Amino acid sequence: MKIAEVEVKENYLLKIEGLKKHFALSANIFGKTTKSVKAVDEVNLYVKKGETLGIVGESGCGKSTMGNTILRLIEPTEGKIIFEGRDLLKLSPKEMQKVRRDIQMVFQDPFSSLNPRMRVFDVIAEPLRTHGISKGKELEEMIYGLLETVGLDRSQADRFPHEFSGGQRQRIGIARAIALHPKLIICDEPVSALDVSIQAQVLNLLIKLQKELQLTYIFIGHGIPAVKYISDRIAVMYMGEIVEMASKEKLFSSTKHPYTLGLINAVPVPDPTLRDARERIIIENDIPDQINVKEGCRFYSRCPFGTDKCKTEKPSLIEVEEEHFVACHYPLT
Amino acid sequence: MQVNTKADLPLTRPVALNRSFSGKVKRWTNLLFQSKTGTAGLLIVISVVFIAIFADLIVPHPPAENNLTNMLKPPAWLEGGSWEFILGTDNLGRDILSRILIGTRVSLLVGVFSVVLAGVIGLIVGIIAGFYGGWIDSVLMRFVDSFLAIPSILFILVFLAVFEPSIMVLIIVIGLTNWVTYARVVRGEVLSIKEREYVKASRSIGSKNIKIMKQHILPNILSSFIVISALSVATTIILEASLSFLGLGIQPPDVSWGAMLTDGRNYLATNWWIATFPGIAIVITVLGIIFLGDWLRDVLDPKTQVNAKGGPK
Repeated sequence: MKIAEVEVKENYLLKIEGLKKHFALSANIFGKTTKSVKAVDEVNLYVKKGETLGIVGESGCGKSTMGNTILRLIEPTEGKIIFEGRDLLKLSPKEMQKVRRDIQMVFQDPFSSLNPRMRVFDVIAEPLRTHGISKGKELEEMIYGLLETVGLDRSQADRFPHEFSGGQRQRIGIARAIALHPKLIICDEPVSALDVSIQAQVLNLLIKLQKELQLTYIFIGHGIPAVKYISDRIAVMYMGEIVEMASKEKLFSSTKHPYTLGLINAVPVPDPTLRDARERIIIENDIPDQINVKEGCRFYSRCPFGTDKCKTEKPSLIEVEEEHFVACHYPLT
Repeated sequence: MQVNTKADLPLTRPVALNRSFSGKVKRWTNLLFQSKTGTAGLLIVISVVFIAIFADLIVPHPPAENNLTNMLKPPAWLEGGSWEFILGTDNLGRDILSRILIGTRVSLLVGVFSVVLAGVIGLIVGIIAGFYGGWIDSVLMRFVDSFLAIPSILFILVFLAVFEPSIMVLIIVIGLTNWVTYARVVRGEVLSIKEREYVKASRSIGSKNIKIMKQHILPNILSSFIVISALSVATTIILEASLSFLGLGIQPPDVSWGAMLTDGRNYLATNWWIATFPGIAIVITVLGIIFLGDWLRDVLDPKTQVNAKGGPK
């Protein structure tokens, strides 16, 4: 069954159907786009309540663009983003404003995601003030509470972002994201700018908060280990498309897409006996030209198993086992 | 490597100090006395403002009074000079010191207020153009470009041909010619700042555009804005001087430093003091304002620490 035909089920918090974002590069005299980068091209996925959906893919595959379109920070070209049964792309600005309370974001770079001229207090207070949740003494108490929830001290509320380390800044960013008690948090590579030891702390904080606050995460990352650690299900993205989506266990134990296998193999294994024992797929070459995308499977130019069919016919994302989707004519077994 | 625990940062600083008004004042004064140039700048600016306000009371001679018996007297320390006219007299026997003191008013008023006018217009246009982008940006910036293409002196000449030159008219005309520079600089800054993640974060929260501009964009372009404003006060005082030099500035019997330079130009070879002392007044004032501007930029940046020794980083 194609993923586009999967019905929106009760426990789906978010379902994305046929999402596209094409960035125009040049237009003809009538304003019609003649050349564009297909940053996101036909993304289909769903996120269940309370789970973490990890999204992996190499740099430039469109993961962040996709994350941004969910909150309409970037307006998608077409598609549907169904959140709690409503298509976000059809909402009026006023209705969208209400939905923003339920979806928040944690950003990649903790050094540019906090305004250097705002005190931590005001950074965390911004969403609460914007939505008129509280003010005065009550607001203060809420912010001190949030700071303590993310493992900072209330006495640090009066400091400026530059007085904190990267990990602490990311905690501030997380405090800002949970301030409104959202249902969904989109984590856009939240640990990729941090040291490895700090990464684990931030990931553990996210997991702890998920349990306490019944959060659902979309966790975008380019490193397999972090995504594997935090996610329940993982979607693999390649050149603007989801090529494989399955539960974490299935994705690693019975990988179906050659690209996924390549990504998994790219993770260094410390033990040499284990390293030599495994089946290797090494992805060569770079991502092909994203402006003049050739027909057929996007991965054809780098795939060790490509055939003529792959060259001409584009595979769609199909459910091959229960909740295991793959876009490949010849899935691995 | 740092480990993020609560014990990570020493909790010595009292919570309330930084945000309260007295805490701010304390930080500002600390930073001021750390910076020698800042202190000098502030002292110069305060004294210049003081002189401008009380010029009437402190002038030793009426600045417009002709006294042909005392014409072209050199400064007091030169042969033939007298302590009655410390900086000498000009070709009509007017006391140069008194004229410099009274001229402070015009130069300062024109310098400061035309920069304020230009700055406000430029800031608004620049932020709107940079923030909204698209056709708004194109329209505004093409307008700015065409404005820049007109020689400003021509624009001022036309303007002053229509309106009688007065302090007010000078302020307006200089303000209206200079805002384009601000608009360009501010737009450039906005373009870079609006792509920062904290702006995106604010947008994702649902903040309105006006609020994003006020809370995130404006504070972050302020430091470069202050620096160009301070430099601009300087160039404006000089522009006023050159307008007066062309005879288009302040008309007699009012005095400005620029007008004094004009008066002195015919006597440079023989009676150098007529043009030199107002020139020195311009240099000192301009330096004072630039020093103060630099200090202000440091103060407004939260990264500048109050150190026990030495100036701001």
